[in-house]
Amino acid sequence: MKTAAVASPDVAEFALRMGDTCLILGHRNAEWCGHAPALEEDIALANTALDLIGQTQLWLGLTAEAEGKGRTADDLAYLRDSSGYRNLLMVEQPNGDFGRTVMRQFLFDAWHLPMLKALAGSKDRRIAEIAEKASKEVTYHLERSSDLVVRLGDGNGESHARMQAALDFLWPYTGEMFLSDAVDEALALAGIAPAPGSLRPAWNEKVARTLADATLKAPESSYAQKGGRSGVHSEHLGLILAEMQFLQRAYPGANW
Amino acid sequence: MAPEPLPAPVTPTRYSPQKGEGQGISTRLASFADGLGTDERPARSGDALPSVAEIWSWLAEVPDPEIPVISLVDLGIIRDVAWDGDVLEVTVTPTYSGCPATTVINFDIDRHLRERGIGKLRLKRQLSPAWTTAWISAEGRDKLSAYGIAPPNEATVACAGALQPRDVACPRCGSAKTERISQFGSTPCKAHFRCTECLEPFDYFKSI
Repeated sequence: MKTAAVASPDVAEFALRMGDTCLILGHRNAEWCGHAPALEEDIALANTALDLIGQTQLWLGLTAEAEGKGRTADDLAYLRDSSGYRNLLMVEQPNGDFGRTVMRQFLFDAWHLPMLKALAGSKDRRIAEIAEKASKEVTYHLERSSDLVVRLGDGNGESHARMQAALDFLWPYTGEMFLSDAVDEALALAGIAPAPGSLRPAWNEKVARTLADATLKAPESSYAQKGGRSGVHSEHLGLILAEMQFLQRAYPGANW
Repeated sequence: MAPEPLPAPVTPTRYSPQKGEGQGISTRLASFADGLGTDERPARSGDALPSVAEIWSWLAEVPDPEIPVISLVDLGIIRDVAWDGDVLEVTVTPTYSGCPATTVINFDIDRHLRERGIGKLRLKRQLSPAWTTAWISAEGRDKLSAYGIAPPNEATVACAGALQPRDVACPRCGSAKTERISQFGSTPCKAHFRCTECLEPFDYFKSI
């Protein structure tokens, strides 16, 4: 019943980048399960993680279909080494304190939602359908994360200082969301995905408004850490994969 | 209107965001198998295929695994039922992309229809148009309310970006004086509210 575009390495690569970013951020959020500062936040983090991992299944499923190598979404998640992962560097950074986790979610959500809204008009029907579904969930993510950034940034001295420190730490990782390479250019030309740079104005606007409400100041620097989307990762990703993949590596095909 | 007698308390079910919930799922599957009992109908001989309308009525008997007072049909996730030759094709749309109930739902549909004698069955996933709580039936909304879960407020679906639901009535005392405790609740589809009149906390079925 597959009616959409023919198998395309560029579509497979794009879905891999989306899927890996959702998977690793979902994993990081799930690390808070049972540890969040309040029960409601524990549940919210786990819910967000669940949405992201659900979206991962859709994206990696599309990668598997588009690459046509007989691999499944699970194979892609569990049986690739860090150099095969294509997630943004920002999402693999350690959680730090609750403030950093919230700030990272916000900086990501403010990019994720406009990305999905643009993808909902993709000429690849499969991509458009995943984006339509995911954008409903991500609307809630952005609402929560931007609300918390304001509450904590404009909170007391301690919470303000922590949020500012989180912003300063994460800022160099935000530029990678807007970098473009040959895959992005080809997909933008074909009307399959937006040019990454085209998402910049919406992100800037949302971030500037929220940070102003939160009494936080964005760093001046525009230096961007990069490499995640081409498989060059920080040491943190290997540790995530060691935990996430151990079972399938040690007991191949284990099921229950 | 005088308040109805209180329904049985809702037991919140927590999910795991990771795959390691196998045991929980199996336990739940087993308990569902027990609850449904055995089917008295003889297996179909294959001469006359049951009508699509009859199959819809069978699907209306399958409870949602997380909120068993409503059926999958009430929930609005069955998008289509059709015969493709002698193969029955049931099209299902997920509620939330990561909802752990999705697997159980597919399992329940499959088992329930096979118990009704459907031998050849294909479950199809359809993502678009994405599920919306506007597809929950009027009957389903009443059942949610009676169960203690405030049904989704569809006014919030219409205005994008305004997710803060307004006018959520307390399912216990009917008061409109309620407030949101948390945007996320015990399952992906619910938020957590409290009534400022009777002071009871309750679940609100988020509108998406």
